[in-house]
Parts: sequence; structure tokens; C-alpha cells
Amino acid sequence: MSDITDLSFSELKKALQEKSLSSTEITLAFLERIESLNPKLNTFITVTRDEAMRSAKNADTAISRGTATAYTGLPIAHKDLFCTDGVLTTCGSKILSNFVAPYDAHVVSRCKAAGLVSLGKLNMDEFAMGSSNENSYFGPVRNPWDTDRVPGGSSGGSAAAVAAKLTPLATGTDTGGSIRQPAAFTGTSGIKPTYGRVSRFGMIAYASSLDQGGLIAHTAEDLAHGLGLIAGHDSRDSTSAERSVPDYTEVLNGSLKGKVIGLPKQFFDDRLNNSMRDAMDMVLEVFKSLGASVVEISLDHVAEAIPAYYVIAPAEASSNLSRFDGVRFGYRADKPTNLLDLYERSRGEGFGSEVKRRILIGTYALSEGYYDAYYKKAQQIRRLIRDDFNHALASCDLIFGPTTPSTAFVIGEKISDPVSMYLEDIYTVATNMAGLPGGSFQAPMISGLPTGYQLTGPAFGESIILNAAHQIQMATDWHRLNPENF
Amino acid sequence: MYEAVIGLEVHVQLSTASKIFSGSSTAFGAEPNTQASLIDLGMPGVLPVPNAKAFEMAIKFGLAIDAKIEQESTFDRKNYFYPDLPKGYQISQFEKPIVGPGRVTITLDDGNTKTINVTRAHLEEDAGKSIHDVFDGMTGIDLNRAGTPLLEIVSEPELHSAREAVAYLKVIHSIVRYLDISDGNMAEGSMRCDCNVSVRPEGSELLGTRTEIKNVNSFRFVEKAIDTEIRRQIEILEDGGRVVQETRLYDPDKDETRPMRSKEEANDYRYFPDPDLLPVFIDDSFIETCRIKLPELPDARKARYIAEYGITDYDASVLVADRDLADYFAEVANMSGEGKLAANWVMGSVLAELNQANLAIAEFPVSSRQLSDLLGRIKDDTLNSKTAKTVFEALITGDGEVDTIIEEQGLVQMTDTGAIEAVVDEVISENSHEVANYRAASSDKRSKMLGFFVGQVMKKSQGKANPQAVNQILASKLT
Repeated sequence: MSDITDLSFSELKKALQEKSLSSTEITLAFLERIESLNPKLNTFITVTRDEAMRSAKNADTAISRGTATAYTGLPIAHKDLFCTDGVLTTCGSKILSNFVAPYDAHVVSRCKAAGLVSLGKLNMDEFAMGSSNENSYFGPVRNPWDTDRVPGGSSGGSAAAVAAKLTPLATGTDTGGSIRQPAAFTGTSGIKPTYGRVSRFGMIAYASSLDQGGLIAHTAEDLAHGLGLIAGHDSRDSTSAERSVPDYTEVLNGSLKGKVIGLPKQFFDDRLNNSMRDAMDMVLEVFKSLGASVVEISLDHVAEAIPAYYVIAPAEASSNLSRFDGVRFGYRADKPTNLLDLYERSRGEGFGSEVKRRILIGTYALSEGYYDAYYKKAQQIRRLIRDDFNHALASCDLIFGPTTPSTAFVIGEKISDPVSMYLEDIYTVATNMAGLPGGSFQAPMISGLPTGYQLTGPAFGESIILNAAHQIQMATDWHRLNPENF
Repeated sequence: MYEAVIGLEVHVQLSTASKIFSGSSTAFGAEPNTQASLIDLGMPGVLPVPNAKAFEMAIKFGLAIDAKIEQESTFDRKNYFYPDLPKGYQISQFEKPIVGPGRVTITLDDGNTKTINVTRAHLEEDAGKSIHDVFDGMTGIDLNRAGTPLLEIVSEPELHSAREAVAYLKVIHSIVRYLDISDGNMAEGSMRCDCNVSVRPEGSELLGTRTEIKNVNSFRFVEKAIDTEIRRQIEILEDGGRVVQETRLYDPDKDETRPMRSKEEANDYRYFPDPDLLPVFIDDSFIETCRIKLPELPDARKARYIAEYGITDYDASVLVADRDLADYFAEVANMSGEGKLAANWVMGSVLAELNQANLAIAEFPVSSRQLSDLLGRIKDDTLNSKTAKTVFEALITGDGEVDTIIEEQGLVQMTDTGAIEAVVDEVISENSHEVANYRAASSDKRSKMLGFFVGQVMKKSQGKANPQAVNQILASKLT
């Protein structure tokens, strides 16, 4: 038998059910692996060892008494922007480096209620702003496939931890690609659900109209299990959808015969490099071999998605981050001389440079006299993008494309060029602007580095995405590849 | 000559049990920060959930001022930094308020009425309080008030004097009290007023530069603040100066307005739609549900009182202004069957006593039944106006019921002519000098002089003699 930590979430679930492993054994195995490998990768900001061992013990008791749920005792780790009662919740920022949340996020409480064992809190770009995980106050996360490279961001800790088998399942959040892009860079599977599918209550906000909680794991099947746990209506989030949650695992084995895969011509123009095009073609061949057909579609306004996103998201962020003022919680500047000094130094010292950049952009975009030219215009573009997607999805079941323009880049390569960093999200942002579900799944490697393909589905069509990705994973081995040293 | 142009923004705290976006209690006066939940504290990750009760209250107000209820309204964020504003923004309605244009009628000092248009009324959350005078050299923050629902009612600039502004404010106060959507307590800040004031040469069509006086918290201060500000602006113009558009504060101790610190007004609030809250859609059936729940409003009640109790327009206006006072009057009038007498007593002795003791009618020690009993004893001639006043005062001090007081204090009116004649005879014999003067006087002077004798008789009878009988008997005995 392989090591415990080599098992996927679904395999561990089976092992627990068959009682071939206990939750304590599983938890201990992952904790030990975290302890030995985390120093090389910096994926965890906080490891909750004692609490994890306690929950594992409780889980084993529940399993032996027959009071367990189907998921009791399975490990998970949370991106450090999900509030966790009594546990440090930093959002990757100095300004929250001392913040112990007084409550659980909805996602966290759902996982607890299902009996999952939380291993700790995962590193991320500060306030989820970034595509490389270099913008963390707690230092960059390293990609297990090549530790000189970034794991992507902002859920870089989540993706790298799953890729290095430090946890079989991790929560993440995706505002413009923050689950899908790191999943592609680390050879993992990630799902960003429909806006409103997963409650945002307790998720520290970056851009409220775009933020959506989701998951990263090894396989689509793992995601199907996890999504069923965290999805569903929550009266504490007014934007949470009042819509029942299907059993995502039930539809995984459906045939792809007759399914129509749409290829946006804007994603496959001459800007796409040849190796990435080849990788995408190989995935498409598998789709076709499974009975799906491929049609060309057009997303006319998708080129405007990045500029519009970089108005809307910073605008919302500039307001969302106003509460970090040194008054009630978090970092407070030493010996403020007056109120203004308290604000200026607490925020000036507490926020990193990318966060400050976006606060400034957003403040500018909302200013009197500029609002119509920027914010309002960006919202109009957003409506056009949404219309494009709805129109395209009338003629296909799923929209297919590369998740990223290239494979993981070297740490430091793009950090001084924000625009090239922003273009990392060129294929993912439009999905958030349209509020639709999207997933990134393992495609063929390029020069020893993982790549990902992206599927975007209709609103609340997560099961269509997971079904398709599962079928591809049943027919291929791309998702089984492991980084050599991990 | 100058004309003042005034518009008011009235902030009314709605009396919902819980806050507008959280489940915390809104009760006034609790220990600081004991009614502040994670949401009120603006903790990372928390989200607002609207309180439907606040919408119902806003709609009722809209219906009461004959306003358009908007089918779709949205919440926006008003961004600014202040320690008692936990999120760094206030959730308000900027683009699409719940209540559109409406109108109210005010009664002017000369008895004429005037319609004042209301531009809009919108829902928003209140901020917390900064406490500057408790901690030496530091400011305390109390977030109990943060998130209390406010209805901000904005008038058109159609008021032209401080008196008109107060009349308008009183009508708004009366409406929110009738609707029972706020306690309207200005001293506790449940109702606050921002006054936009400008002046212009009389006859001019152009508006002058306005100033905004923030957070005035009593009817009296609204009147004084506006009068003071009008005078200040006229003086500036008379001296050839220009009024600066700015936000000012009224200082009641010095009776002056002065500018707020410029930093507080140089804000660009960067309004934008709150992405945490979806647009609110109000359907016609919900509006009808609210309409059915509307109580009788002041204007309707005034018309009814005039018709049912035969009281004057003016008396009815005064009585209906306060819902509790109007109810008290109606109870007294119905029990005693004496509408006019009840109106005289409530508007006279009762109001005087309330003002003097600074009491609300609900706290008044004389019940409507007791006052009704008293009116009954006036009507059956047991009491005259003087003894009635004595009984009323005894009721206030809690000396018992009306008949007990009359009996214990021997206040039954002397109506027996023989007894009154005896007292009159005594007075005549004791005041021979005045009697001689009276008899020597011409008839037109006599009627004035008779008052002296009436006073003496009343005094001797300890106020119990029937005044009409005293007059008659004196007149005949003195000729």
C-alpha cells in the first residue's frame, strides 16, 4: 500500500469507511508531512496540530459509535481568509497578523459540522490580491514542481499544499482566477462555483461582487465530495442563492456523448503559444474520443474583461478594506499622535504594496468626476460579458480554454511588472465577471511543469463541469503525476 | 429685505426591535458596546442582512405623506473614515431611495396652511458614538447605536422662516409618532435634523449660497439655529461679503453657528452600490399590506374631532399634534360628553401643567376618567371654576378621587340664595365706605366697581359661592 498521504480525498474516504485507516492515523500522517515539508514550501501560515489531533480522536469515536457522517475524520485545510473561531486568521497580511477570529466562516462551520479535521490555515496573496503568492506578509509559497517557481495565486498555499500532499483537500477563493490559476500551475483540480453558490459569510472580502469560495484537490471526484459540503443557502449572506444543492458525485459517471464543447475563438488566437495550444489540443482529443463535439464560439467582449475587472475589483476592495483602521482589531501603529496618524501609519505599515496599489486605483475609480468614466463603464462591460457567456452557453454545454497563458513562472520574474501579472488572469477573469462556475483541471505537462484547462459552465452547472472533468480524468493520467521531490 | 430659503433633512431612528443589518437590539441606554454584534463591529468577513421591518416602517411613512413607493430600491456605500463608523462606510440609499416624492401640510402662525414637498425618504444605518469626555486625553467608542435603522426625510427648499421649519418638523414628528415607527425622542437623538439655509433678496428667483447646520436636536434649537444663521448670512451680504458653502454646527450655549473642521466636510464619499446587498423589490401587495396597517393620521383625526366634538379648527390642530394627547382628550370628551369643555381643560390646565412639570401626557397623574369626573361636577354646578381648579390641583398631587376631594375639602358650591345673601349682607356692612362710593358712581363705572364686592363675597365663602348668583344678589342689594 502507498503512503497515507498519497491517497486522494475520495480514497481516504473509502479507507475510513472500510476502517482500514483511522482518522488519527490519517491526521497524524498529514501533520508529520506538513512538519517535514512545509519549511521548503511555506504553504501553511498556521498548523493547528493539537486541535486537529483532538478532532481526529473525536472523529474516530464517532465512527466507532456509528454517529459519523460520510466525511467524519477526513482532513482539510483552509485558505487563511476564512475566519476560524479561536484560530489566527491573517488574510496573508501584516494588518491581520495578530487577528484571532471570534467566529467561524460559513464554509468552516459546514466542514466542522460534517466532521472534517482542519489541519491549519494556508498561505495566500495578501487579501487575495495576486497571481503568484508573492504578495504574502508571510513570504512566498513555493511550487512543489519547481521550488524556484510560483504556485500561482492568490490561493497559492492551497494549491501547493494539495500538490505536495500536505492536505488532500483545501478551500480557496476565486475573485478573478485565484483558485483556477494556482490549480493549473500546480497540477491540481480546482473549482470556483457560481457566484452565490457558497456563502461568503466569514470570508474576508476582497471584491464582494466577484469573490466566491471553492476548493482545490487532486481530482474532480474529490471536488464533488467537497462542494456538496460547503455549497448551499446561508441566510447570513444576502447574495447567497436559495437553491437546493445536488449530489455532485451522482452525476460524475454520466457519458459525454453528445455534449458540446465551445471553444472561444478569442482564447485560441495567435497569442496562445504553441506548446499550450498542443496541450489543449490533446485534451480536446480526449473529449472527442468520449463522444463530445467541439464548436467554435465567440465571446466578443472578453478582451475587455481584464481592464474592467481592474476597475471593479479595486473599487470594491478600496471600500471593503476601510475597516482595517487600527481601531478595533488587527495591527495598530505604535504610539499614534492623533487620529489621522493612527489611520495613516496603521494602514501604511499594515498593508503591503499590491494592496495599497489596488486601494489607490479603486479610490480613484470611485472619485467624484471619475465614477461614470471608470466604475460605471466597467459595470456596463461586465453586463456585456455576461450576455456574451449566456449567448454562447445557449449553443454549447461547456466553454473550454487554457486556464493560464503559460506554465508557472519564476519567483520574482513578474513582481515588478504589475500589468504582466494582471494578464495571468486573462482567461479566468471573464468567468467571475459573468458570475458563472469554472474549474481548472490537469492538462498535459509542458517541459516538466503542469498546465491546466478550464471549463466554464452555465449558472449552477457545477455538476456539468465536474462530470466532464471526471470523465477526462478516468481516461487520462495527467492528474496522477506527482512532483518529483514531493 | 431678504427672504430665507430652508430645506430640512430629518433623521428618524426607526423603532425596530433589532438593527437594520444585524440581529442586535436597538434599545437605548445599555452599557457601551453590549449591543454591538460582530456585524455592528465591522469584523472581517461579516455581511449585512436587511431587516424587513425597517422597510415596512419606511413604506408606512411614505404612504402617510402621499409619496411614491419605489418598486426597486438599492443600497449604496458612503465611504469615509471615522472611529465610530466601524466599516469605514455607511450603508445608505443614494441612487434609488425607497420613498420617492411626497408632501405634508403645515399650519402657519397666521392659521393658514401650506404644502411642503418632500423630495425623498431613504433608509440607512446610524453610526456609533464617540465619547470625548470620559477618558482623559482619549476618545471612547460606543457602537451600541451603530446599525440602528434611520429614515432620512429630505424636504424641498420650500420653507421660508425658522417658524415654518419648526412647523414642518413638528408635522414630521407627529406623523412618525402616529405611525409608531419611532419614539421621536429628540433629546435621546431618535430624531435629528440637518438644516440647509440660504438667503436671497426678496423677489429674487436665484438661490443664495447655502450652509448646512448639522445635527440639531430640539425644536427650540432648530428655530434658534436657523434664525441665528439667517441673521449671520444677511449681515455678511449687507457688508458686501459672500456666504461660503460649508457645514456648520449650532452651539446653543452661545446661540451661534460655527464651521465644522474643514477636514470633515472635504469628503468625497465615493458612493457606489453595496455589492453585499441585492436590490430590494417591493410589490404592490406588500404596499397594500402596509396601507391596511396605517392608523388614522393627524389630518384625518383633526377633521373628525372638529365634526364630532364641535371644537375649533385651532383647538383640533393643537390637540391632534401629539397622538397621546389627542387620545387623552378624546377619552375625556367621550366619558364626560363635554367636547368643548374637555378641549378647554386639556389645552389649558393640562397642557400648562405638562409644560411646567416637563411631563409627557402618558406620565400625567390625572387620568382621563378623573378629568371627566371633574368636568361632570362642573356641569352639575357642584363646582365653579375656582373650586374646580382646587380639585384639579388635588388630583395632580394624588389626593384621591374627585368626589372625595370635594367632600373632604368642603368645596360643594354654595347655591342656596339665603346663604349667599347672608354673606353679601356681611360684606356690605363691613365695607360701608366702598358701598357709599358705589352708590354715588355713575352706572357705567358701577359695573367695574362691582368686581370688588364679588371678590370679597367669594373670599368669605372660600370660593364656594356660585359667581352668577353672587353677581345678581349684589347688584340688587347695592342699588
